[in-house]
This record gives sequence, C-alpha cells and structure tokens, in this order.
Amino acid sequence: MATYQEFIQQNEDRDGVRCSWNLWPSSRLEATRLVVPVSCLYTPLKERPDLPPVQYEPVLCSRANCKAVLNPLCQVDFRAKIWACNFCFQRNSFPPSYAGISEVNQPAELMPQFSTIEYIVQRGPPTPLIFLYVVDTCLEEEDLQALKESLQMSLSLLPPNALVGLITFGRIIQVHELSCEGIAKSFVFRGTKELTPKQIQEMLGLMKPATSGQQGKPLAPHDAAASCRFLQPVEAVDMNLTDLLGELQRDPWPVPQGKRPLRSTGIALSIAIGLLEGTFPNTGARVMLFTGGPPTQGPGMVVGDELKTPIRSWHDIQKDNARHLKKATKYYEALANRAAVNGHSVDIYACALDQTGLLEIKCLSNLTGGHIVMGDSFNTSLFKQTFQRVFSKDYNGEFRMAFGGTLEVKTSRELKVSGAIGPCVSLNTKGPCVSDNEMGVGGTCQWKICSLTPATTLALYFEVVNQHNAPVPQGGRGAIQFVTQYQHSNTQRRIRVTTIARNWADAQSQIQHIESSFDQEASAVLMARLGVFKAESEEGPDVLRWLDRQLIRLFMFHLRRSPFLQVFNNSPDESSYYRHHFVRQDLTQSLIMIQPILYSYSFYGPPEPVLLDSSSILPDRILLMDTFFQLVIYHGETIAQWRKAGYQEMAEYENFKQLLQAPLDDAQEILQTRFPMPRYIDTEHGGSQARFLLSKVNPSQTHNNLYAWGQESGAPILTDDVSLQVFMDHLKKLAVSSSA
Amino acid sequence: MIRWEFCCASSPAAHVFRPLKASERLTRPLKLFLQQNLINIDLLPQFLFILFSPVSAVFRDRDELRMNVNQQPHMASPYGQPQPGYQGYPQPGYGGGHVPSGYPAQYAPYNGPGSAYQQGPPQGMRGPPTSGAPPVSGAQSYSQFGQGETQNGPPPMGAPPQRPPVSQTYTPGAVNLSGPQPPFSQQFGAPPVSMQQMTNQMASMQVGSTAPSPAGPGYAPPSVSQAAMSAPYTPAAPPSFPPTSAAPSQPPPTEAVARPPPQSYYGAPPPAQQPFPNAVPPFSSTGPTQPQAPPPVSPQSFPQAPPVSQPPFSTAQVPPGPTQSYGGPLPPTQPSFSRPLLPTSQPSTFPAGPPPTSTPSQLPGVMQPQPPVSQPSPYHSGPHPTSTGFPPQVGAPPRPPFAGMQGPPMAPQGPPLASQGPPMVQANHVPPTQPGMPPGPISASMSGPPPQPGMQGYPPQQNGAFGQVRGPQPGYTGPYPGQPNYGAPPAAPAPAPPATKRLDPDSVPSPQASDMPPVQKTRHRIDPDAIPSPIQVIEDDKANKGSEPFTTGVRGQAPPLVTTKFQVKDQGNASPRYIRCTAYNMPCNSDMAKQSQVPLAAVIKPLAPLPPDETPPYLVDHGESGPIRCNRCKAYMCPYMQFIEGGRRFQCGFCSCVTEVPPHYFQHLDHTGKRVDCYDRPELSMGSYEFMATVDYCKNNKIPQPPAFIFLIDVSYNAVKNGMVGIVCQELKTLLDYLPRENPDVESNIRVGFVTYNKVLHFYNVKASLAQPQMMVVSDVADMFVPLLDGFLVNVSESRVVIESLLDQIPEMFADTRETETVFGPVIQAGLEALKAADCAGKLFVFHSSLPIAEAPGKLKNREDKKLVGTDKEKSLFQPQVSFYNTLAKECVVQGCCVDLFLFPNQYVDVATLGVVPTSTGGSIYKYTYFQASSDQERFLNDLRRDVQKPMGFDAVMRVRTSTGIRATDFFGSFYMSNTTDVELAGLDCDKTVTVEFRHDDKLSEETGALMQCAVLYTSCSGQRRLRIHNMAVNCCSQLADLYRNCETDTVINFFAKYAYRSVLSSPIKNVRDSLVNQCAQILACYRKNCASPSSAGQLILPECMKLLPVYLNCVLKSDVLQPGADISLDDRAYLRQLVSTMDVSESHVFFYPRLLPLQKLDVESISVPVAVRDSEERLSRGGVYLLENGLNIFLWVGVNAQQELLQNIFGTPAFGQIDPNMTSLPALDNPFSKRLREIIESVRAQRSRYMKLMVVKQEDKLELIFKHFLVEDKSNNGGASYVDFLCHMHKEIRQLLS
Repeated sequence: MATYQEFIQQNEDRDGVRCSWNLWPSSRLEATRLVVPVSCLYTPLKERPDLPPVQYEPVLCSRANCKAVLNPLCQVDFRAKIWACNFCFQRNSFPPSYAGISEVNQPAELMPQFSTIEYIVQRGPPTPLIFLYVVDTCLEEEDLQALKESLQMSLSLLPPNALVGLITFGRIIQVHELSCEGIAKSFVFRGTKELTPKQIQEMLGLMKPATSGQQGKPLAPHDAAASCRFLQPVEAVDMNLTDLLGELQRDPWPVPQGKRPLRSTGIALSIAIGLLEGTFPNTGARVMLFTGGPPTQGPGMVVGDELKTPIRSWHDIQKDNARHLKKATKYYEALANRAAVNGHSVDIYACALDQTGLLEIKCLSNLTGGHIVMGDSFNTSLFKQTFQRVFSKDYNGEFRMAFGGTLEVKTSRELKVSGAIGPCVSLNTKGPCVSDNEMGVGGTCQWKICSLTPATTLALYFEVVNQHNAPVPQGGRGAIQFVTQYQHSNTQRRIRVTTIARNWADAQSQIQHIESSFDQEASAVLMARLGVFKAESEEGPDVLRWLDRQLIRLFMFHLRRSPFLQVFNNSPDESSYYRHHFVRQDLTQSLIMIQPILYSYSFYGPPEPVLLDSSSILPDRILLMDTFFQLVIYHGETIAQWRKAGYQEMAEYENFKQLLQAPLDDAQEILQTRFPMPRYIDTEHGGSQARFLLSKVNPSQTHNNLYAWGQESGAPILTDDVSLQVFMDHLKKLAVSSSA
Repeated sequence: MIRWEFCCASSPAAHVFRPLKASERLTRPLKLFLQQNLINIDLLPQFLFILFSPVSAVFRDRDELRMNVNQQPHMASPYGQPQPGYQGYPQPGYGGGHVPSGYPAQYAPYNGPGSAYQQGPPQGMRGPPTSGAPPVSGAQSYSQFGQGETQNGPPPMGAPPQRPPVSQTYTPGAVNLSGPQPPFSQQFGAPPVSMQQMTNQMASMQVGSTAPSPAGPGYAPPSVSQAAMSAPYTPAAPPSFPPTSAAPSQPPPTEAVARPPPQSYYGAPPPAQQPFPNAVPPFSSTGPTQPQAPPPVSPQSFPQAPPVSQPPFSTAQVPPGPTQSYGGPLPPTQPSFSRPLLPTSQPSTFPAGPPPTSTPSQLPGVMQPQPPVSQPSPYHSGPHPTSTGFPPQVGAPPRPPFAGMQGPPMAPQGPPLASQGPPMVQANHVPPTQPGMPPGPISASMSGPPPQPGMQGYPPQQNGAFGQVRGPQPGYTGPYPGQPNYGAPPAAPAPAPPATKRLDPDSVPSPQASDMPPVQKTRHRIDPDAIPSPIQVIEDDKANKGSEPFTTGVRGQAPPLVTTKFQVKDQGNASPRYIRCTAYNMPCNSDMAKQSQVPLAAVIKPLAPLPPDETPPYLVDHGESGPIRCNRCKAYMCPYMQFIEGGRRFQCGFCSCVTEVPPHYFQHLDHTGKRVDCYDRPELSMGSYEFMATVDYCKNNKIPQPPAFIFLIDVSYNAVKNGMVGIVCQELKTLLDYLPRENPDVESNIRVGFVTYNKVLHFYNVKASLAQPQMMVVSDVADMFVPLLDGFLVNVSESRVVIESLLDQIPEMFADTRETETVFGPVIQAGLEALKAADCAGKLFVFHSSLPIAEAPGKLKNREDKKLVGTDKEKSLFQPQVSFYNTLAKECVVQGCCVDLFLFPNQYVDVATLGVVPTSTGGSIYKYTYFQASSDQERFLNDLRRDVQKPMGFDAVMRVRTSTGIRATDFFGSFYMSNTTDVELAGLDCDKTVTVEFRHDDKLSEETGALMQCAVLYTSCSGQRRLRIHNMAVNCCSQLADLYRNCETDTVINFFAKYAYRSVLSSPIKNVRDSLVNQCAQILACYRKNCASPSSAGQLILPECMKLLPVYLNCVLKSDVLQPGADISLDDRAYLRQLVSTMDVSESHVFFYPRLLPLQKLDVESISVPVAVRDSEERLSRGGVYLLENGLNIFLWVGVNAQQELLQNIFGTPAFGQIDPNMTSLPALDNPFSKRLREIIESVRAQRSRYMKLMVVKQEDKLELIFKHFLVEDKSNNGGASYVDFLCHMHKEIRQLLS
C-alpha cells in the first residue's frame, strides 16, 4: 500500500480534495478530542485535462431530500437495473437511457477513477459572459492613461460574443451607452444619493412598459441586446468602446486644496449591480471595479474628502474611531449579497499608494468570488499583468473562470456539514446533512460561488455525529459528495460531481492509524482559514488567543506572525487583501502564504530551500523568497558587491552571471503562473527593500542575542518578536506541562 | 352728447383756481360776449360761467390737454351751482335739466325729437327704417342713454351747447363770431333752447341719455348760448371753417378731435368757431359712419320721422355730410355721406384739406347745409313741436326723446348753423350723438367755438347739455318744465345698465324711451365720433410734439406720447424712453394724492434701447474707490447733488445729508454754485449714465465670470413632431454667432451649453477637444445635478465643430422618440446647477412643449377647469399650483439665472405655474400654441433671434431712491424681491420694464420737487459689473389742477393694468374690475369736483390729459385676463397676464388699444403711414383693407368689397375669394403698393419686442371673430362694454361719487 503521502497526493490530483484526517474517528466524542475537525479543502474546478466531460445529465437519487448523484460508491444491481444511493440507501432504478448497462458496460460515473466527473447539461439558452467595467476617473493622468490602455487591451482578450459595459465614476457616475452611433451617450447619476434597484433600472430606461401596446411590433421576448444598451457584444462595439475609453477624461470637477477628489464608488457599484440585476439576473457576469482611491462621498464612503482626516487605521478601528467603517461595510455587504443572489461577481482592482477602502469593499469580492488586486499604481506591471492574467486561458483556449457556481455537499449519515470558508455565500438550504454546529459559513448544504477559477478552493468543515455507543460497522466508510453546478466560460452549463469516501476508525483502538492519516499541511491551512475567518468577524486579540489555544499543539509560528492575523504594520486594506487571497487559494499557495519559501543560490551547489531564518541570510548567497504576495530576490553582501563591480559582464565570470540569472529565471516562472501577480522585488544586502525579507524570516538573531550566536551567522533582525526557538521552547514547555 | 369741452376752463371753480391766468383772456371775450349777446343780468352768471369755462377750458386744454367728453364747462357750471343757479339762469333749461322729472313731461317731447335727432345720425343708420318711426330711433338712443353709453351720444349734444356759449364768446372774440353773432343773438332767441337742448342733450348723452334733456331745459335759457352757437356757427361756419380748416382742420381730421381744435381754437377764438363746425361735422360724421350705408336713409328717416325734426335732421344730415367729412376721416363714413349729401364735396373737402381741411370743408358743408337748414328754424319750432311730438315718440322709445333731442338739436344745429343758433346746437348735438368723437371734437370745436362766442355760449350749453341733453329739448319745447326731467334723465342715463338705466334716462325724458328696444339703443345712441378719440389725441400729439426734440431739462414737463416719434435730449433727467411717470406734477401731500386717486408711478425701462440718433448713456469710471455716493442714503452722484463750501462738500438732493467730496473728485465752483466741470461729467449733467462698479459691488467680492447661455430643448414626441426641435437646432447653428457682445469686433464672452430633455435630461459635452459631442443622460430628476463641468459651457468659436455636430444630431437622435412625458422643474434646476457649478450668471432658454406630468419635482396636474371662471376661485387659476417653482425661482435669482421660456403647447400646460420662474427672474415667456413649422416658424425664429441677441444685463439689482416725502412702495414686473426695496433681476434685458408705485410718507415741497434715482447694478454681457443710473425729477403741486394737467394717461393705464393683473392673483376678478372702475371714477370725479368748472351733474367732464382714460380703461377691463371669453384658454390668460407685467408704456398702449391702419389710404410715395382709425367695426369699410397690430399679432383685414386693384396689388389676385386666409406673409409682388405695404409691416414688427405673425382676415370669414376681438371700441363677445357704453357707465359712477 502506498504511503499516506502518496494516497493524499493521489486523492488531491484526482478529486482536488485534501482532508485534515484521512481516517475518520467514528464517534463524535473522539472527533472532538482530535482538536482539528474532520474537514477538507476542496478545489471544485481543479484543472483535469484528463477528464473529458460527459454530455449527459447526471442520474439523481429519487429521494426528495437526497438527490445524490450516482457515483462509483453506489451499489448497483445490473440485472435489476437498480442502484442504491450510498447516502440515503434509497434504491433507484436507472433511467431508460441506461437500459444497456452491465458489469462490462458501465457508465463513466460508476467507474472508480471517475470519482470526479463533469457533466455538460443543456439548460436554457446559452448566455454570453458579461464584463462590466467600473472605472474610477479620479486618477492621475498617467494612471488613467495606463488604465485606459489596459482596458482597451482587455477588449481584445474577451470572447467576441461577450457582453461588455462601461461605467465611469468620480464625483458623478456615468453609465455609458455603447450601442449609439455618433454621439457618445451616457446616463449620469450623482454619487451621493442611494437609489433602489428599481429606481436605477427605471432611470436607465430598463423598465419596459410591459403593456405598451405598440402595434405592429410584438414585444421582442426580452431581447438581451435590445433591452440593454449598456451591455453590448464586444465584436459590435469594439471600436466604439475603444474610442470611448480613449476619450475618457479625468474627473473634471476641480479638487480644492486640501481635499480628496470626490469618488462615488459606492453608488457606482450599486448602479453596476443594479444594472446587471435588472438585465441579466442569474447569468455569469463580472463587475470589474478599477479604483484609485477610497470612496469619499455618498453611501459607502470610507473617508471624508478632507485631506486632514486620514483614512482609518487599525488603531482607529480598535479605538472605534472609524466613523464610516460600519456603515460602509454594511452598505457593501448588502450590495454583495444582491450581486451574489444573481450570480454576479465583483472584482476589485485597487491601485493607490494609500488605502482605498478595501476593508469595507472587500466583501463584494469575498462573497461573490471576485478578485481583489492591490497595487501601487495602474501604471505598474503588477497591475497590468495581473489584469491580463484575469483573462488567461487554459489548455482548451478557454477562460480560467467560471460563473454562477453552486456547491452542494452531501454526506453520509454519520457526518454533517458544519460550514464552508471560501469565496462563497450560503444559499440557506437546510437538509438532513446540515449540522447545527456552525464553522465558517454554515447552516446550509449549498453555497453560491459566483465566480470560480481552477484554483478556487473552499474549506469545508464537518462534524461527526455518530454517537459513541452506536459504532460504525467495521470497514464502514463515510462518504461526501460535492456537486458543483456552474457556467463554464464557454457559456455551457456544467455539473461537476466529486464523491469521496474515507474509512471510519475507532479512536481508541486505532489511534495510531488515525494519527498517521493526519495531513499536517491541510490541517494547517484549514485551521488557518478558521482563524482568519474568526479574525474577520471577531476582535483581533481574541482570535489570537483562540488560535493559541487551538494551535498550541501545532507549530503555527509563521501563521501567527503572518499578516493574516497580525495587523501590526499592515493597513486594514492590506489585511483585507491578504485574507481575501488566503481563503481562496489552494493548499500549496496557502502554505506559501503561511510560511514563505526561501531558496538559496550559491556556488556551493544547486539551489536549495533553506530555513526561513535570519541565519540563512549570508553574504555569499542569493536568496529567493516567495511569500505569495511578494517575490523577493536578495543578494547577499558579497554577491551584491560583485554585481556592483560588474563581474557578471566579464566573460571569465560567466558562472557568476549564471548564478545571478538563476533566481531571476525561477522567479519568472513563479510570476508566470501566480495570480495575482506578486510584487517583484530585486534587492540586496542593505537595500531598503530588503525589509520584505527581513520581516519574514525567523528572527533567530536579533539585536538581543546577536553576540550570543556565532559570528558566521546571517543578518540580525531588529525586532522584539520572539523567534521560532523561543516559541518552540515555550510550546514544548506547555505541551509537557500538566494540562493547564 | 359728450362734449369735448375743455373742462378746465368751464367751471367757475377753475377760474377761481387760476383767476389771474385766465382773467386777461377771459375779460375780453366776456365783454364781447356780453355786448353781443345782450345777456340778461340774470343770465350773466351763467354766461360768466360759460365764458369762463370755455376760456379756462382753452387754457387748460392747452395746458392740460384735457378734453371733457362733455362740455364740462357748460355742464359743470350749470350743474355745479346749476340746479340752483342754473335753474335760476337757465331756469327752465337748467332746472329742467337738473330735474329729470321736469324733463319727462315737457322734455319728453323734446327728447323725442332730440332722440330722433340723435338717432337720426346714429339711427340714421338704422334710421332708414326708423325714419318711419323716429321714435324708435329715439328710443334706441334713449336706451343707449339708459345704458349710459348710448347716452354718451347725447353728450355731444352738450358740445353743441358749448358751442353756443363758445359761439357767444367767440362772436365777441372772434371776427367770425361777430358776423355770426348777430345771427346768434337772433338764433339765440329761438335757438337758445335748442342750443341748450343741444348742449343738454350733449351732456345727457354723455352722462346718461336722459341727462341731455335737462340740459336742454337748462340750456333753454342758454338758448342764448344756442343763439351764440348758432350765430357763431352760421357766421362762423362759412368763414370760420376755412380758418378752422386751417387750424382746427387737424383736429377735426383726427377724429372730429375736439381737443386739438379747441386748443387751436382757444388759441384763436375764431378758429374755435371753426372747431365748432368741425365738431358738428364730427357728429355728423359719426352719424354718417354709423349710417354709412344707411346714412342717406337715416337722413331721410330723420326728416321723415319728425317733420320738424326732419328738417333739422335733414339739415342735421346735411351736417352729417360735414360730419361725414369727419367721418370722412373715417373712410366709410365719407363715402356714405358723400353719397347722400355731398359726397363729392366731402371727399374733395377731405382730400383737399388734410383731415383738418376735410373737417373745415365739411364744416363749410355743414354750414351750408345748416344754413339751408334754415330749417333750423323749423327745428326750433320743430324741436318744440318735435319735442312734443317726439315725446310721444320718445315715450315709446326713450331714445326717441334723445334722438328727438338730438334730432332736434341736430336739426337745430343744421339749422342753427345755417340759420339759427339752435340748428347749430343741434348740429352740435348731432355730433354729440357721435359722442365719442364729438366730445373730443366737440370740446375742441367747442373750445374752438367757445373762444369765439360760440365757445362761451357753448360751454354753458354744453354743461347744460351734458347735464341733461334733454335740457335743450325741454328748453326748446318750452320745455323748462322738462328740465327737471332732464336732471333726472341724466341720472338715469348714468346708470349704465341699458335696460334700467335707459329706462331711467328714458323715463326721465319719456318712459317710452325705455320701451325702446335695447338693441337699438345700444349702438347708435351716442355718436362715437363725439367721444374722445385716441387716434385724434395721438395725431395731435404727433403734430404738436413730434417735430422738436424733447429736452429733459425742464422739470415737470410731460413728454410726448409713446406713439409720437421724437428725439430726446438728455439735459439732466432720464429720457422718457427710460422712465415715464403717471404724473409729472406730484401732489405735495398725501391728502391730495389720496383725494385725486391718481396713481403715482413710474414705468422704468432701465436698459431701454435708444434710436441711433441718441447717445447711449456715458460710462463713468470713478476709479478704485467706486462711484461717489451720499453717505446716508447712498444715492449716487447726480445732477441733484448740491455742491457747497466751495465744492468741498455736497448736499444730497434726496436726503439732504452733507457728504465730503473725495479729494480726487474735488472741483471748484463757479459763481452760480455749479462745479466748473459740470458739463464735462455726465453724472453732473445728465439724467442717465453708467458707473463702472468696483469689486465691492460684486457678489462675494469677486469679479464676475462672463455669463453663460444654456439652451434646454424638449425632445419629447410632441416637440419633435411639431418640428420645434429641428428648427431650434438648425437656427442655433447660426444664431450662436450673434450672442450679445459689447464690442461688435470682439467675440462674445458668453459661453453656451446644451441640454435636451423629455422625462430625463441629456447634457452634452461639447468640449473643443472632442471629436464628437458626448451626451450624458441624467435620469435622476428627483435630485437634479450637473453631470459635467468642463465641456458643458464652452466658447462657441472654440467648440464650433462639436457644437454643429451636436445640433445636427439632436433632431436625428430623437426623430423616433416615443416619449411623451416631460419634466420641467428639473430642467430649470439643471440649468441653475450648471451656472452654480460654473460660478456665473446666465440665462436659460427653455423650449418646452407640454404639461410636465412625469414623476419629478415640480410635476403638475391638469387643473384646467373652466367652471371656475367667474367664481371666487378663479384667482387660483392664476396662482401656481405648486410652491416648488417659487422656491426654485428664488434660488435662480440668487445665482443670477434668468429663464426664458418658449412654449409650444398643444393643450393646457399651466402657464400660470410654468411661468413663475421666468417671471421671477426677469425672463420672458413666449407661447406658440399649436405650433406648426410651416406657419409659426418665422415668428418663433424671429423671437428667438431677438431674444438671444438682445442686449441684457445679468444678476441685476435695482433700487429706486426718492427724495424725502415719497417712497417707492410697490413694484410690478418680472423680478424677485427678497426685501422691500431691492428689485432683484436675475436677468434684465432691454425690453423689461419695472413699474414702481410711489406713496407719500411726508410732504413734498413745490420748490424742490420730487426726485427719484433708479440705480441698476448689473453684469454686462462681457462680464463687467456696472451701475446704470437714471435720474428723474418731477414737480410738486399744491393745486390738483396741476396734477391733472401734467399726467399721462398711457402710463396710468400701464400702471392700472399691471396693478389689476397682479390683483387677480389675490382677489376675485369682479372685485378687481370694480376697483379699477372705482378708482378711475374717483380720479375723474375728483377732477370734476375740484378742477372743473361747476356744471350740471349730468355732464361728463374729463381732464384733457385723461380724456382717454375711460376708453383705455375699458380696454383693460375687457381684456382677456379680466373678462375672458369662452374661447380663451386659461393658459392664454395667464400668459397675457404675465406678459403685461413687463410691458412698457408703448407696448401696453398698443396692446390695449391696437393700431388699425387703413391701407386703402396708403400713399406709396410717402414714407408716412396712414393715419390710424379707431378700433371699431364701424370704421371699417367694406371696400377697404386694414392692418391691425397690437404688439402680439398683425391682422390684415380685407373687406369683401375691396377694390380689385388693391387686392391685385397686395395679393396678386383680384378676386376676394382667391385670397388664401392661411397665408402668413404677403407675396412679394413687384408693385409699389406691395412693397410699401411690406415695408410697413416690417417696420411695425421692428417696433415691437416680439415678432408678430401676420394673419389675413377676410371679412365675413369665420376668422373675423378673432379679429373683431381687437376692435376694442365695440362691444365684445365676452360681454365687454363698448366704448360708448362704458363711458356712460363711467359717467354714472362719477355722478354717484359726486352726489
């Protein structure tokens, strides 16, 4: 038998699932003692080049409250043409189309290797993708110019039949009509007045007089293109829109000295969502917000327009000094929920040196599966390439994005689902498998994920409900089925079904087995998500305390120091940004986020990963650190000097040149695949940017203990944080000491 | 009946008032008169009165230009003391006159004849048939009298009476008279009565129909006067006429314009006589006019009717001939007359002698006729008999009596003139019948004659006559007994109500009269020619004042009328183009003011355009410290500032405060105390000038930005469909090159912006850098805002390409719109917000089509409810239905946002509400109901062009400062006031007028007069802040007579109209009308009581300057706002109401009294325009073509019998039937007539601030109804009184006040 390592890897490759435990304790009590809950990370749209979708509908269990999909775990009576649902044990007959099945002629969904299978279903007319650009015009001229170019470029990346729309905002909001010839036409809204969706639709002229008896022309049945002049196929308005973007002016309203420009982000988003909601409900659509600063007026404003009032900091928030925080957050949450209900997602591209109010706005993306990209300027490659990557295509030449997903979880009787953490909202579907004990977004067995990428990963938490006195039969298996319905980027409706099963184990007798089935990485990420989720919703110190209590038995030193939980030295926006990405990336990426990877390049051998420790910082090394958000190349002191001296230019030092090039190449590789594009930093010893590295490494050497350690050690870190050694010492002490 | 006596002089009181002035002139005529007439001592007083009155009248006339409709003098004197005194004097006549009761009996008969007579002329028309039954005619006249108006007719009678006196005086005075005198005396003997009767009749006519009769009686004694009259006439007639023709001629032509003649006459007594004749003619003319067709008949009828009378009538008719000549002036009349009587002669006469000549000629004619009429004698005799005979007749129809009266008078006149005084009187009477005309003429004539013996003689008669037309009759008959009746009759007549009043009058004279069919009464009772004629007044003023420049240096001097073309020289007071006052002599204290009830108001048009030959106000720059001002009241430096202490200080003329002269402004004084640089500085020597304002005068102490124009165009279905959108857009492309600018060589600084809207608004970004305009739709109309700043307001030349592209595309974009709903409030808000955002003042041009029913602020509902009309709730229809617009207007004013509204409604749009903002911001409303591109495009485009191009100021504040003693208390116009003194005008263009009412808060001094300074602070179209100052000084008077002598009726009417039109917002319309009539009556009664010579109460005496007050007031009363017809919409009324509020005097004048030009008289060789005719259907000849304009419309009326040649010249077709009534412009034909006509139309249009669409109205076409609406002297379909009727009503009111 393969090792657990291999088993886990295999499972992940096939199903996109990583479980915290790969053997499940058979009773509730035992499960509770394990601290780390039975849970898993699930990547619904994990790329499976080897998995061709089948062109028919799934077969469902006929029990009304089960509706599980036929899967390899089902008992099948080929003669009677009957199958038994492995979740509710209902016996179902196959539909007529399955008349020809037999042991040798099984449908794909019954084969073990198709524990994950994708169906293409025909439901209604295909709806094109919709991209609605919401563009802030209160930008610096060059920023705006760069943004305009990016947007124009993006048009060429869109599929020709995709619908595209443009809303610009500043002090006022303009919804551009794209269908008109000659005069560029736009509908304008003021940024200070909250409008109901109905008002918005009325004002945009989207309310069709249902009974208008225009003779001659029978009302075209909700002709999408006709009913909405604001969303038009790219192929039709390509030129128009390019011109329009080209003529986009900076917000013309004068900004007096000492003021921020008036930016009506709140209303602009409200209108964008209202517009989609009125025209294309339940259709995949992306609202892409490009903003260069915080909302400063109207509902959803984050900070006033007085420059003398700085935007809220964590300090302000803790002191309850952030005037607009609650109101704005509430406003955006309401918006996010509206968007989510209709399956529309919101991306946020915020590029500014200062905060842009992500903290308040983030829920729009968090709840709808949209992207958040944070940069310093639209005129940076970070933004440009990230934005470009949004439209990247997979091996089939199709967008790596899916819309309007619904994830349903079904469990066998011994399990119930407690909740999910990820870019999803609850659909509030009660069912037999819903646990009362909520973890993350719970109370439901269905979640809406408005936008998915192949990397989108949810954490799902389960509760073992089997009572101790009702043991599971030996060899029994618990099963979980994930049913994800979504709109593929080629506008097909698809359903992906993943069914997994794990053995039950009696904790008392098989504790060793259970221990060995523990997936440390997955658990770390799962717990981290729980922590982040709590951090989002609860007071900061409390979360740390909870984490300490929960993680005391795990070494999650780095997580504790990570920006996901630590707000020190991070703005609220940054925290939001980091957390946003943390709760949606897959396991590998999540791990990188928790514990950055550090590679060392030297003449002494091939590149090697080294400890994320200050002791790794040596003069004759080049270090490459990947924190997910940043990619830092650090040249040691000596290397830096050599480089300065220009040895790499000399033929005889070709090797040095190669050494210098190696980390660059590796970095490039990471940059190619990473979304969002990490901040790329090339620095050296003593460089100001070196702080990115220094802040991450374990401060094993600080100004406090500099001389206690040997001379050769790396660079000292000026910090009061405890080092890993201290942390571990303390941990050990606690672990050994009597149960406190 | 109504006499045009110069009221002033007539009353003894007047003499008292101005004893010295009159004395000299009086003495001689008096003596002469006495000598010649061998007057009884007993009678002397009367004569004195008479004499005085005429004389005074003369004076006053000249001074005051007063015209008494009636010969007030006569009436007055007799009446004043009359009853007692008169009775004594004219015992019979007066007594009779006064006492209606007397009349009935004796007079009745007289009346009968009189009425017959009167009717004769008027009825003559009807006459033909009537002739058979003169009584009927009489009845009619009576009825008229009863109605009051009809009776006005009688007043003319009065005139005759006046004449007698005049004749008397004249006789003495005038050479002619001398000749005549003898006859007079003789005539007097007999005629007197007739004379009196005549006068009485006249009076009665004027007063009430009945009145005359009493007068008659009274006059009877006056018979002397009659004699005089007759005498003068007879003699005068021939000789005098010629002269008359010379001098009076003018007057007569005008309209039997009594006044002018009078003046002239006064000037030269002899001429006066002429006037008489003239007067007579007028009367006759009236007669003719009415009769035109029938004239001949009428004469016949007359003759027939009363045998006795007949002769007179015939004579009368003969006179009519002359009258016709007067009528001559009135085309129709002439012809008719000419035919019957002396067509040729008349015409010839007319042509020969210009209008005046005509009259003279006529007169001569008349004279002749009269003489021949020797019938007069018959008359006299006849009269009596007639009277008696008539009485019965009369009895039947009250009028008959009158008619009889008149008739007799007429006859008498005819005869008198010819043979005896009485005939003359009659003649006069006849004219009186024509009252309207006659009064003027008569008075004039009277005056004319009066100067001569006739005049004097007449006055009394007139008085008597006025008092009671019947008077004369009674007198005739012997009538005195009748006199009492007369007295009564007058009263009766006074009561306008046709039926009852008539009855009354009739009853007095003869109950029968009352029985007379009202209809008959209605018209012909009073000779319209005998009542004051606006045309005559206008023409006289042109003749007298049009030739010389008007210099403003003389304080208290009334300027020429608005209808007169004149040049102004600014010598220290503002030009009348800027400021016109109701009174140029203000009462010294509030008691006087209250007593007189004459409104004290100034009509100010601060930016009025000047003709090219006048210099625009100089621009004065006092440098950084700004204009020099009084420390206390802040009045600006002006010619009224008195420099003292060697020039180191100046004393304010307004508040007397002494202020230091700033060093840089110091200048030495010359020996007269004037600064030596006085004439170098406009602010020290001119009435109007401008100051450069400093930054202190700017909003927020910031130099203003150049203003902006924003065009807001409705693009809803209706607006697109009727073509408005296309037209506006097309026009704007060129129009934008003509934005106002101060220097024609420089581009305009004004920026422009464009918005279209239906139920949402579309803003356009037309920034020069754009390849295509950008449209921004604001659908959040509930909370309007401006979506863009940069690119919305642009410089035309910079963004021309984009703008043109936009204007090309707008019509296309909305060509297929199906949106029918519109908003309105948000549209203005949008413009306002745009101006706010740009921080500038400006003007919005809103092109709007329908009631704003879309959901938005300012949404309106259709509340048109005709059932409310005439109820107490009617006022609510003029009030805005929501308060939203008031608030909005206030905001607009604060920002300096002026709104001009162009409406293109197909149905009710609630102008009353939509107009709130324009009228509060100094904007205008233009309304094109049922707009059709084909027919209304030209009018709209011309209006638009003018509206865009006209010079204007922005963000203006006007303050009127006055010298201590008076205070500006009330303001009328299109503006907003946030406090009681500052008139805030978001925009002030060159057409906008503000009427300011003043009231006393202290006493004024005669020495210093009253000063007012109107300062307007505004931003010029180039963005310069300026102050325009207009200074005005008027005299102060302690004598009411001075007040009445120096006032201006047109301005008073302007004030009244604005006052009334505003009052309809708060009071039931009936109350408004009543109070107008009441105030007017008080004004006239006050005059009568305090200034006019005492005369019988039955006599209507009007101040010369206000003799047109009744006719104009009637026009105001019957205007669509105050007396709506069934076919007039609420919108139209609201529209007119708002329109009038900003009219200047000239506009309001022509609006209320449209100009009617007889085109068949057009002289293609001359550059002059034909003399207008009065607005009455009777003046229209079926063979003529007329042009009527009222400032809003032009009508071309084509008579069915118009000459083919004329039609060919105008329309290019000789056939009446082929004229297309839908044409809106005349074909450009290559003949002098067509060219000249089109020139005239163009020039008329050029005079008005709004383009007038031409409508061709064919006689007897259905469109003619509309046209007739503008014939304001006629009874209107709405129930509006005819001039004659109203005059009678007015008289009744006055009499009630006096009693």
